[in-house]
Amino acid sequence: MTDDKDVLRDVWFGRIPTCFTLYQDEITEREAEPYYLLLPRVSYLTLVTDKVKKHFQKVMRQEDISEIWFEYEGTPLKWHYPIGLLFDLLAASSALPWNIIVHFKSFPEKDLLHCPSKDAIEAHFMSCIKEADALKHKSQVINEMQKKDHKQLWMGLQNDRFDQFWAINRKLMEYPAEENGFRYIPFRIYQMTTERPFIQKLFRPVAADGQLQTLGDLLREVCPSAVAPEDGGKKNQVMIHGIEPMLETPLQWLSEHLSYPDNFLHISIIPQPTD
Amino acid sequence: MPTSVLWAVDLFGRVYTLSTAGQYWELCKDAQLEFKRVSAATQCCWGIACDNQVYLYMCASDVSIRCREEAYENQRWNPMGGFCEKLLPSDRWPWSDVSGLQHRPLDGVALPSPHWEWESDWYVDENFGGEPTEKGSLTESRPWHFRGGPMPSTSPPPTRETRSGTRVCGGGSGSDTGDTSPGMPGPRSPRRMTLRICPIPSVTSPWVGGRSQRSLWAACRCGLCLCRERCGTGRMSATPTRKGHHGLWWTPPGKLSRSAVGPTTSCGSPSGRGKPWSGKGSTGITPKVWFRRGVNSHNPCGTSWIEMVGEMTMVNVGLNDQVWGISSEERAVYFRQGVTPSELSGKTWKAIVAGRESDRSHSGSSSSLLSAGCFFGDEVKGGSESAPSDTDAASESERPGPERSAPEEPLDNSRDPKGSSAVGPETGGTAECASETFCPDAGGREAAQASVGSERPLPASTAAELPWTNIDLKEPRKAPSHSATGFAETMGLSSLGLFPLGLDEPYAADDHPLWAWVSGGGCAVEAGSVLKWFSVQSGLSPSVQTLSLSISPAQTAAWRKQIFQQLTERTKRELENFRHYEQAVEQSVWVKTGSLQWWCDWKPHKWVDVRVALEQFTGHDGARDSILFIYYVVHEEKKYFHVFLNEVTALVPVLNEAKHSFALYTPERTRQRWPVRLAATTEQDMNDWLALLSLSCCESRKIRGRPSPQSIWSVTCKGDIFVSEPSPDLEAQDHLLPCDQMFWRQMGGHLRVVEANSRGVVWGIGYDHTAWVYTGGYGGGCVQGLASSTSNIYTQSDVKSICIYENQRWNPVTGYTSRGLPTDRYMWSDATGLQECTKASTKPPSLQWTWVSDWYVDFSVPGGTDQEGWQYASDFPASYHGYKTMKDFVRRRCWARKCKLVTNGPWLEVAPIALGDVSIIPESPEGPDSDDRGHNIALWAVSDKGDVLCRLGVSELNPVGSSWLHIGTDQPFASVSIGACYQVWAVARDGSAFYRGSVSPSQPAGDCWYHIPSPPKQRLMQVSVGQTSVYALDENGNLWYRGGVTPSYPQGSSWEHVSNNVRRVSVGPLDQVWVIANKVQGTHGLSRGTVCRRTGVQPREPKGQGWDYGIGGGWDHISVRANATRASRSMSQEQKAHGPVSC
Repeated sequence: MTDDKDVLRDVWFGRIPTCFTLYQDEITEREAEPYYLLLPRVSYLTLVTDKVKKHFQKVMRQEDISEIWFEYEGTPLKWHYPIGLLFDLLAASSALPWNIIVHFKSFPEKDLLHCPSKDAIEAHFMSCIKEADALKHKSQVINEMQKKDHKQLWMGLQNDRFDQFWAINRKLMEYPAEENGFRYIPFRIYQMTTERPFIQKLFRPVAADGQLQTLGDLLREVCPSAVAPEDGGKKNQVMIHGIEPMLETPLQWLSEHLSYPDNFLHISIIPQPTD
Repeated sequence: MPTSVLWAVDLFGRVYTLSTAGQYWELCKDAQLEFKRVSAATQCCWGIACDNQVYLYMCASDVSIRCREEAYENQRWNPMGGFCEKLLPSDRWPWSDVSGLQHRPLDGVALPSPHWEWESDWYVDENFGGEPTEKGSLTESRPWHFRGGPMPSTSPPPTRETRSGTRVCGGGSGSDTGDTSPGMPGPRSPRRMTLRICPIPSVTSPWVGGRSQRSLWAACRCGLCLCRERCGTGRMSATPTRKGHHGLWWTPPGKLSRSAVGPTTSCGSPSGRGKPWSGKGSTGITPKVWFRRGVNSHNPCGTSWIEMVGEMTMVNVGLNDQVWGISSEERAVYFRQGVTPSELSGKTWKAIVAGRESDRSHSGSSSSLLSAGCFFGDEVKGGSESAPSDTDAASESERPGPERSAPEEPLDNSRDPKGSSAVGPETGGTAECASETFCPDAGGREAAQASVGSERPLPASTAAELPWTNIDLKEPRKAPSHSATGFAETMGLSSLGLFPLGLDEPYAADDHPLWAWVSGGGCAVEAGSVLKWFSVQSGLSPSVQTLSLSISPAQTAAWRKQIFQQLTERTKRELENFRHYEQAVEQSVWVKTGSLQWWCDWKPHKWVDVRVALEQFTGHDGARDSILFIYYVVHEEKKYFHVFLNEVTALVPVLNEAKHSFALYTPERTRQRWPVRLAATTEQDMNDWLALLSLSCCESRKIRGRPSPQSIWSVTCKGDIFVSEPSPDLEAQDHLLPCDQMFWRQMGGHLRVVEANSRGVVWGIGYDHTAWVYTGGYGGGCVQGLASSTSNIYTQSDVKSICIYENQRWNPVTGYTSRGLPTDRYMWSDATGLQECTKASTKPPSLQWTWVSDWYVDFSVPGGTDQEGWQYASDFPASYHGYKTMKDFVRRRCWARKCKLVTNGPWLEVAPIALGDVSIIPESPEGPDSDDRGHNIALWAVSDKGDVLCRLGVSELNPVGSSWLHIGTDQPFASVSIGACYQVWAVARDGSAFYRGSVSPSQPAGDCWYHIPSPPKQRLMQVSVGQTSVYALDENGNLWYRGGVTPSYPQGSSWEHVSNNVRRVSVGPLDQVWVIANKVQGTHGLSRGTVCRRTGVQPREPKGQGWDYGIGGGWDHISVRANATRASRSMSQEQKAHGPVSC
């Protein structure tokens, strides 16, 4: 029997093979070779692309370089979304490796946040964790932690250290024995078809009658269009970490095992591929 | 904490129990009589029924009560025919009891009551006092003992015929106790009791081991106060004798005036010797509650009465000084909240509003008493039969008493058809209350009676009884003479009188129960524990709440499987073809640093502050390794040493009163008997380090998840559980893996014994003899976080006793005093006398433990004690005996105190029988049934009382099994072991061995015991049977191999000495022999309790040649019985060809 702990490992060590190509209009001194990399699904683009940056900067003149940003099939990639989420949302059905275009010019101000340094990522990451814990434990757990514990969470993510991260993160995944789960499940539901960036509501893991809420319950309540598409035949995929959990999966279990390091369940609703 | 029950009687005389784990009052269904009073102890409950007889209820368990009937065949020698049946005229009977005074022909020995049944035919007992008599040869016996019979020099044991009879009808339930079967009036009861009987519940001291100190007090109407002593409950004593169940005699210790036993009597329970009374006085007339202040062992009278808030008709003090009462107004049962050892008076009364089980379902079949079984009134016929004679006797003996005439109960007489019942004035308060509360409709009663009468052959008078009159009065001979009365009928009977119109629903939902009596003498509620009694709850009944070991739905659910499957697919899809891609984040070295203390191995030999750093790095192959650096300062010079975590073989927490420390072993350190010892300042800190280090160790050895079924399990003297994955070359013939290189991983929990089998069935026994079964989880205890599984970890508790000795020396002037000679040991010491241990200074073994009792005298120490627990000897230290002789100048007694630990681990309790030993059949995984996960696995055990048990229904899928099968024995047993071919060997407490014949999968209990004499002058303690080898261990640490064992003669021929210095032995399915050695000398120190393997064990040489020493220093137990991992070479065939026994 496989252990639930293995899920955490599999989630953490999820990798997306990616091919970075310099945008054709960028001015280079010589031809820029594509750059191939295995991106950790749970990390952030700007956190793990130092090598990419270095690689392309070698063929560019210093004055042509401003803030780096990425684009996939015309869509600028938000660095503050976890990589796995971006991939599931935009490229889940495309062939691997994932082809990302690298830009150094014309930063799309209206689409992307600036990422001046890793501190910005850390700040964003920590604020997500805190928000999640506010939902789960009224911030009690995160507030009881010491500064070094916060740091260890971040360093664990930054250095891709599963043990280091989970040594602390497990405390965030605990809940009182008398309850059957967290207060609210921290989740975000993303759909490319809508204007809203994502759906986030208060949702308890246990229903009033004591029944465990499932993924299906959540979707039916907060995003009914995902499970019952209006146009009949066209179905949606509900994807987390590149897999489609069954709608019967208890939400509490999902939250404990399939959350991203920021402690949110990032759920992508994407149209079923036609093929 | 095992569940226990609170007993109560409602106004209709029905007896109910409420489990500490439950939420519902459950009707004592078999009680066909109505009861007035009950007084409970943990294993039984006494009651006074409406017929004024005393009844005893034995709580049932899986194991029936057995007792052995004995008859002696006596022969006399004469010069002509040798021993023959012809006796002299002055001789005793040819068949007699042990004294020779009673004639006892075999066919004249009758069962004491219909509840008993013979278990076997008469047989000759050839095992007298642990030593065999010569088989069949009755004539040539030793010098005969003089037994004080009329035959001066003849008569006793050679032919000791025995026969054991028992087992109540109604399978597996408890049984009665002798002259009184359930449903029969009390034994030789000299008179009918009307008042309360109040056994002294055992809080701490009363029963210690087999020696029960309990006694039963009763007051009878004539004002006699009776005390019944030595009421062992049979279950307590190792060999239950019928006498033991209900004590010896009613001995009137003194005649008391009625006023003394009357209203003002404290019905608080004296909680035993030397234990403070928590006296609650209750008055029957003015319903006030009084608390006696200042009661303790030195001043059992206490100092003063304090009036308590609340009006109660009665109060009762139970175990742990908890208090229950019945309010005078609403007649609800109240529980005194906040009673703690420091605050015996408690805080508030809280009403118990638990519903009755019958409120929910009237069928009564859904659940039964926690220990359901045999009850007061199971056999009414017997009761009515015996009642007349008993009454006659009673009336004779009571003739001087004033109460035969009943002028005081006009109220009762008016309702009692025969008007012959009597009620004591001391119960008048209750009766009055009842009559105020109820005003039953007489006409309705008649109607009801009529309807009943058509159904059952009940005497009309019985049905016409007013239900509520049962509380205090009922005509004794009117017990329904109908033995097959079922539960529903009983219910009908008791409800008919009151609810004539609602026969189907006698209890409306809003009908809240009215109680008459409550007894908490058997109800152990610990101070501060949470009870579910105080709110009406819907849901499962308590009997359904037992945890089951079956795999929870979450683990088998389709969604879970799909997630695992999809993750695997995803990894394959996204990674398989792209492994040559560069990783975005290079793995770096991660360092955790911290401050610890380290025990400096050399001068100055003390704890020194150190900085530690754990460096983890990942090799190119993805393998992880870690190094622990320890930086210390010697003579202002900074130094360090390091440990590669892939070399660490064990991390052992060493908790004591002051330090949170742990020991770190490597193979070299194991050989030296000198681990690295580190200490943290807080428990949390230590647990963090332990978790991190053990995770790193496991990672570097690629050990993850639950241990494999073939794992080797061991337990340290601290109760910590360790498990080791066997490698194929562990038992290889040529290239043995040295024992000191085995890696031991800790499992959560606290056990004394653990036994495993290669199908993953693992059982453990705690220090408090609770049986536990392994759930398949891992981690728990101090192994937290990632090294622990998320599911299958449960709370576990254990209780053990700490013993100290009070030593005294005799001097001619003052006798025994606590003033010793200057050279004597401490007057308060440990068992060795070397350490001073006073009551005040002795602390629980570590910070994890807390005291849960006060100090009490332990009477169960080996060698016996006198009435006060003293053991005498000529001098310290010497062998002690339990009586004083002229030559004795010193004495000692053992004081014990219980402490409790609460931890968690992958274990679930197997209630309710406490075990002393357990053994699971060793199997090879490639056996014939290897694919059948449901096939039965033989498991034998010895209960802590010495009963031999066989567990039914144990399988890989259901490791907990279903029920116990009791195997009859003539004496209490100590150890049992079952070999791979169903050879069951056992060791009795008298030190001799037994072989159980004909055990097989189809006959799991076998047929009979064969007595195997122990090695000369040795008493065996433990036995272990592998595939064919049988090893036994005696109490002097000698290890014996049973020689001459063949398939046709599995008992073998002789014991062959193998080694001394052994504490525990475990023989595995490959006939490998592992022991815990007593002492092993290393290069740096001595190690007590070391895991050792017998080397050179081969099919042709099953005794082996030498020892290989492994992990040690405080190891207590090992089980290699799961390890059937063979080396890759097909050794098995070789073994089969040459083995002394082929299965």
